[in-house]
Amino acid sequence: MTDSISTKRVEPESSKRSVPPSREFTISRRTFVQTLGAGILITVTDALSWGQRRGGRGGGGGGGGAMPVVARLHLNEDGTISVMSGKVEEGQGARTELSQAAAEELRVPFDRIRIVMADTDFVPDDGGTSGSRTTPGNVPPMRQAAATARELLTRFAAKQWQADVNSLEVRDGTITNKATNQKLTYADLAKSREIAEAFKQPIESNITLTAVSDWKVMGSSVPRANNRDLVTGAHQFPSDVARPNMFYGRVLRPPSYKATLESIDLSEAKAMKDAVVVHEGEFVGFAAPSLFRATQALEAAAKTASWKVASQPSVSHKTIHSYLQEHARMDNARGVVTEKGLAEAAKTLSATYTLAYIQHTPMETRAGVAEWKDDKLTVWAGVDNPPAAQRDLAQMFGMPVERVRVIVPDMGGGFGGKHAAPAAQEAARLAKVAGRPVCVHWTRAEEFTWAYFRPAAVIECKGGLDAKGSLIAWDFININAGGSAIDAPYNIPNKRTQSVGSDSPLAQGAYRCLAATGNNFARESFIDELAAAAGADPLEFRLTHLDNPRIRTVLETVAQRFNWSERKRKVTPELGVGLACGTEKNSVVAACVEVGIDRKKGEIKVREVCQAFECGPILNPANLTSQVQGCIVMGLGGALFEEIEFENGKVLNADFGGYRVPRFRDVPKIDVVLVNKTDIPSAGGGETPIIAVAPAVGNAVFAATGVRIRSLPMRGDVLKRA
Amino acid sequence: MDVTVTLTVNGVERTVTTDPQRPLLDVLREDQHLTGTKYGCGEGRCGACTVLMDGKPVRSCVTPMSLAGKKSITTIEGLAKGGSLHPIQEAFLEEGAMQCGYCTSGMILSAAALLQDKPSPTDEEIIAGMNGNICRCNGYVKIVNAVRRAAGKMRR
Repeated sequence: MTDSISTKRVEPESSKRSVPPSREFTISRRTFVQTLGAGILITVTDALSWGQRRGGRGGGGGGGGAMPVVARLHLNEDGTISVMSGKVEEGQGARTELSQAAAEELRVPFDRIRIVMADTDFVPDDGGTSGSRTTPGNVPPMRQAAATARELLTRFAAKQWQADVNSLEVRDGTITNKATNQKLTYADLAKSREIAEAFKQPIESNITLTAVSDWKVMGSSVPRANNRDLVTGAHQFPSDVARPNMFYGRVLRPPSYKATLESIDLSEAKAMKDAVVVHEGEFVGFAAPSLFRATQALEAAAKTASWKVASQPSVSHKTIHSYLQEHARMDNARGVVTEKGLAEAAKTLSATYTLAYIQHTPMETRAGVAEWKDDKLTVWAGVDNPPAAQRDLAQMFGMPVERVRVIVPDMGGGFGGKHAAPAAQEAARLAKVAGRPVCVHWTRAEEFTWAYFRPAAVIECKGGLDAKGSLIAWDFININAGGSAIDAPYNIPNKRTQSVGSDSPLAQGAYRCLAATGNNFARESFIDELAAAAGADPLEFRLTHLDNPRIRTVLETVAQRFNWSERKRKVTPELGVGLACGTEKNSVVAACVEVGIDRKKGEIKVREVCQAFECGPILNPANLTSQVQGCIVMGLGGALFEEIEFENGKVLNADFGGYRVPRFRDVPKIDVVLVNKTDIPSAGGGETPIIAVAPAVGNAVFAATGVRIRSLPMRGDVLKRA
Repeated sequence: MDVTVTLTVNGVERTVTTDPQRPLLDVLREDQHLTGTKYGCGEGRCGACTVLMDGKPVRSCVTPMSLAGKKSITTIEGLAKGGSLHPIQEAFLEEGAMQCGYCTSGMILSAAALLQDKPSPTDEEIIAGMNGNICRCNGYVKIVNAVRRAAGKMRR
């Protein structure tokens, strides 16, 4: 199967998942010992095949009904506790925060927790790792499981000692009866058959969890448990997994999207020593003892291939925006019509914003290692949705999901770009024929061409001000990118926001914060335009129309920290300041930036970004700081440089020479303010901090130059012409 | 036509018979099982595959084996001595200068080369010296802090 990517449409909002169906738990009488991915030895009594009995539906909520404690948690005789999560670690810190959650509720130090993640044979189906859902969706069930376990253990001890359960103290994994000084440790209890039996009880979803004010492990900057392996090179990423007798695979790719193979001469490839050649329909793949030889086999065959080139839509990166407008499905329009507000306005404005296709470009490109053994397929894959990858593989090979095991070692970045596991599928096809494990690790050019992109978009904005300069009408249409953060959080009496589809010529999908990068860019830039039209300060104009107390807090916090009012007064044609704010995924962000402008050279240099972010109670300040810093710099890439260039069904800049991502030199002075709001549940923090950067930069450019740049990336050369 | 190449990897002499055009990266990862050196782009532009060759940083993805003969290669696995981490590794841990960690090996080796040349680098020199390495989680701020901290440790 060649991945006919140009016809595959990944919905930008596909990270949203339904709540898992409640499942009946049946007990299998098995005891076995298993070493899991991270070197964890786990003694599995009875119930721990939960991972295998999922009824083939993706969960995602992760909580839920009938899940027994043992599905999430297991006591080990050495005093450690193994906990299980279906989430994936891709650099965002899920491994650490889930371990903190378990440690907190179990009343043990952080290093007592051994977490098993993303191994479909052993972990519950927690759905995909996307949409900033791990914190709100998986941390609470982990805490509930740990708190339930602590309760069960305490009750057991109370019964043993005929003591009042409330008189017992649990600390550092030891239950103590202070009156009698009797003690039981979790290590002691790990041997108990009664506890093993008790852990088959369901996790109590309404159990009392530790109050934020009492947190000891949660809320602290615990480092990632396996970080030493990252600095020594010992950690095996998906692309590092090596199995005995493993071959390396390469796959023939079409020269352009939708091109189909007419003929190919495989004789030279087949004659190569130890090369395995697989030709099944459109799939042509090669495996060999070294990647170099597999590549030689691929190249020998590729030069003989004859392709039927499909007719391509007549569109390139230069014409994509008019193309999307022409193909927009405007009949999907919904919401309150704003004509009335616009008609009553003393002043109206309209503007069209655009954004380019960009790519996630995680440092580790897609990778999969596949091994067939006794009719069972095991893959180690770089994918953020292991259960979906498992179902896809099972379907592909016509086998039950139970016979496919997907393991995701902590992987090298994702940013929403690894929802599917094509490299693992390719490895599995090759491994099946080769009769040995095969590793497929996409080249950077393959990643740039055959992965998916953040959607390009056109965003059409109209706004109306009354005679006093108040915003009374708002019309906002996003064509093609989706509806994330599309609602204007401002008080506007006549408002319509809508997201309409179009025909994307490129495969598009989720990205860090999905469409919110584009919607926030257009909205916060256009708000700035309206503020200018009203003759108002951009900060004051926003605050006048803003009720949301959380957004107000971060906006006022960042403005004060940045010294907005004073620096706004000192703007020159060479030095501008701008701000923007926004909300998405139940978190709020505001940024102030300073840009340096060289109009002769056409250069925009972002000199400083000050950003305030709030996502409820902070689980790990150091990790959250990293995520916010990372979002700011990634946001600068989309704001200033990143753009997929394409024409005639080909990506023209499929390498780091042509596709510019932020480097050390591009990093401005960064000042992050984390606002810790402890009276609401924690939300995820790895995405929303990206959305305020681009509009704040654009607004700063406007403040300095009077030139409004309405397209991402914002190229400084327009300043030369303007 | 395969050639036989003798090189030293992390202090141990190795003899490899392979195609002279095969990248050093592949030999390290596939033959020597040193997977700490990463593939990032295959064109020498991201720095994930950085190793030291006779003390100088090279991009192993674009270094053919024909150029590796009689050379001494240091990979990330060769930095720690007898179980104690190299000061740069310690500094990366102390600053939390990694998110996914895929670029970390290359960052640390580029930093090692930089600090060999410039034991007391300014921030501008750190940025210039590290600019060939890409981090997509964009932990650049903490990486610069880690390199600065490592320099301090190594001067002691």
